[in-house]
Amino acid sequence: MSLLQSTQFRSDPAASATRRAFLRAWPDFQNPAAWIVALILVIMPLIASGFFLIEIFATTLILGVIALSLMFLAGYGGMVSLMQLTIAGFAGYMVAVFGVSGNANISLGWPWWLATPMALALATLFGTLGGALAVRTEGIYTIMITLAIGAAFYYFTNQNWAIFNGHTGINTVATPHFWGVDWRADIAFYYVTLGVAAICYFAVQYVSRAPFGLALQGVRDNSRRMAALGFNPNAHRIAAYAFAAFIAGLGGVLQVWNYRQISPGSVSVGACIDILIIAVVGGITRPIGPFIGAFIFVLLRTFALDVLIKFGLDGNRFRLLIGLGFLAIVFWSSDGVIGLWERWRQRNKSTATRRSGGHHG
Amino acid sequence: MASFIERHPAWALIAIIAIAVVLWLVFAIWPPGLEAAFGRKRVFLNAVLNGITLGGLYFLVASGFTLIFGLMRNVNLAHGSLYLFGGYIGYAISSWTGSWILSFIVAFVVVALVGVILQLAVFRRMEGQDLRQTMVTIGLSIVFADLMLWVFGGDFYQIQTPSWLIGPVQLPLLTAIKSSGEPVYLQYPLVRLVIFAASVAIGIAMWLALNRTRIGMIVRAGVDDRDILAATGVRIQLVFVLVFALGAGLAGIAGVVGGTFQSLSPGEDTRFLLASLVVVIVGGMGSIPGAALGAVIIGLAEQLGSVYIPTYAIVVTFLIMVLVLALRPQGLLARR
Repeated sequence: MSLLQSTQFRSDPAASATRRAFLRAWPDFQNPAAWIVALILVIMPLIASGFFLIEIFATTLILGVIALSLMFLAGYGGMVSLMQLTIAGFAGYMVAVFGVSGNANISLGWPWWLATPMALALATLFGTLGGALAVRTEGIYTIMITLAIGAAFYYFTNQNWAIFNGHTGINTVATPHFWGVDWRADIAFYYVTLGVAAICYFAVQYVSRAPFGLALQGVRDNSRRMAALGFNPNAHRIAAYAFAAFIAGLGGVLQVWNYRQISPGSVSVGACIDILIIAVVGGITRPIGPFIGAFIFVLLRTFALDVLIKFGLDGNRFRLLIGLGFLAIVFWSSDGVIGLWERWRQRNKSTATRRSGGHHG
Repeated sequence: MASFIERHPAWALIAIIAIAVVLWLVFAIWPPGLEAAFGRKRVFLNAVLNGITLGGLYFLVASGFTLIFGLMRNVNLAHGSLYLFGGYIGYAISSWTGSWILSFIVAFVVVALVGVILQLAVFRRMEGQDLRQTMVTIGLSIVFADLMLWVFGGDFYQIQTPSWLIGPVQLPLLTAIKSSGEPVYLQYPLVRLVIFAASVAIGIAMWLALNRTRIGMIVRAGVDDRDILAATGVRIQLVFVLVFALGAGLAGIAGVVGGTFQSLSPGEDTRFLLASLVVVIVGGMGSIPGAALGAVIIGLAEQLGSVYIPTYAIVVTFLIMVLVLALRPQGLLARR
């Protein structure tokens, strides 16, 4: 605090400029709500039990990271890719194939610190190649091509036994265990996911304000003009796919560590679409959206059964609920829950100012 | 054709050789060396015929998809759900009345009505917003899938083939010569051939309707530029509704076909959605001949792949899509 004050006192123009630039780049640091949320997330293990910690919060963070990669592509690049979960699942499969698992005839048995970077590199490569295919056409075609890639991967994992072990998948995948800590134990794993999610969140926010991110948003808004300015729109798009694939790969690695197994069910078309739902429901205009969407999704998935039964309805109709909720969001708020919240706040603010204005008048 | 040979003599030569090889594979009696390397001729011919008839089914699904996309720029990701819905309707009707033909008519009408409702109640409100429409179709496909799971459960259903179509038919294709010198001809299920003939007939009827009638002219004009078409005074909303009804109805018919020679279960909607996506990506968006070509290519690739490289069959389909996207991103027969 004193340090900040002293810099303000000296009013060094360079220092205050860097400070302003810093605040512009990281607006979260000014927002008290963000600090409170961060604090709650850090001390969560004190509040929540093991079930809530892993089944709700860690799962939310993992799904949020995967959906964040979609948010980055859709929000800043204007490319709605349905293959982000496929990339994550591919990373998970690669962890299982290169690392240690119960299927000794498939897994190569590499240590985790070798298998994980390998999986991430291959997932990034996979996402980049998929992206290079998807940018061959534009706009609405992206959805079709990425959905075709996702569905093809799902059927491929189902029918291939040599690498993906068919529809049974790969079970009892080993999780990292070093420095005397079992990193899959509830609390340790929660902090791992929290750390990865925070890094991804800030990375996306940083990239969105970096020259690359600005150019990407330019390509989204008017790719012809960007091309005329000397930028290569497709190179930017493919680079965006590569970056998003890396993030999705991180999410996939966490997911396979979380469930300790992976099977075609984890990369099914329904699951790919769930990621889109999460991102859209949360809002694809800001990096925080996917995490909010994932939280809502996980809460619904976990508790819809009990709530529906309590109201005397069929508990198995959880997907119907998700679908209808998604439809409602698409119909009434194109920027998701964040958009609803912002509009609500704006309306409150405007009525408040109107009221105060009336008082003075 | 002649101009194609003049422009690309090398490609024309390759195509002619390929056609000759395929014809020889189909009609000649395979020498023992080839049979040893490649398997029995009967297996190959069965795979080819299965591929072509499956292509007929894919064409029925994909032609509606491509028609809706071409005219309304609406990527209807609920198309697979319409297919499955049509199949369930057909199953219900055929097991209730016992009439196979009636199940086609009812499935067409009911699913077309669903299409009309969708177009009037949903898509008309968000015209011109491609992405939002697509998102809505995703939401609808989830809702439909869950509703159908609710009503029909997770069981497998198969629509009863009518008695006059059961059984194999002998085709004039030699598979082998017995040691006694007696020729062996290929046996093939009649119902698949009839269904393939029907889908060819539907395809030709659609082509004629699009190219020889006034309403077809309006639809083609709408595919090219719907704003100008609306400006000339055509009631374009009515055309949209009709085309959506036709596309959805075709998906419903395809559902009955698929339920007859395959089976109906949750998950089939995704399979046929993927098939129609790949077919229209390969054939070209919004093009009916493209859908036909793409359907036959994908059907053949799938069947031959599953016979000769069973655990990598889907990769063949996928590689075809990748190749087309790399060489001709607009699709094989798209005009652009």
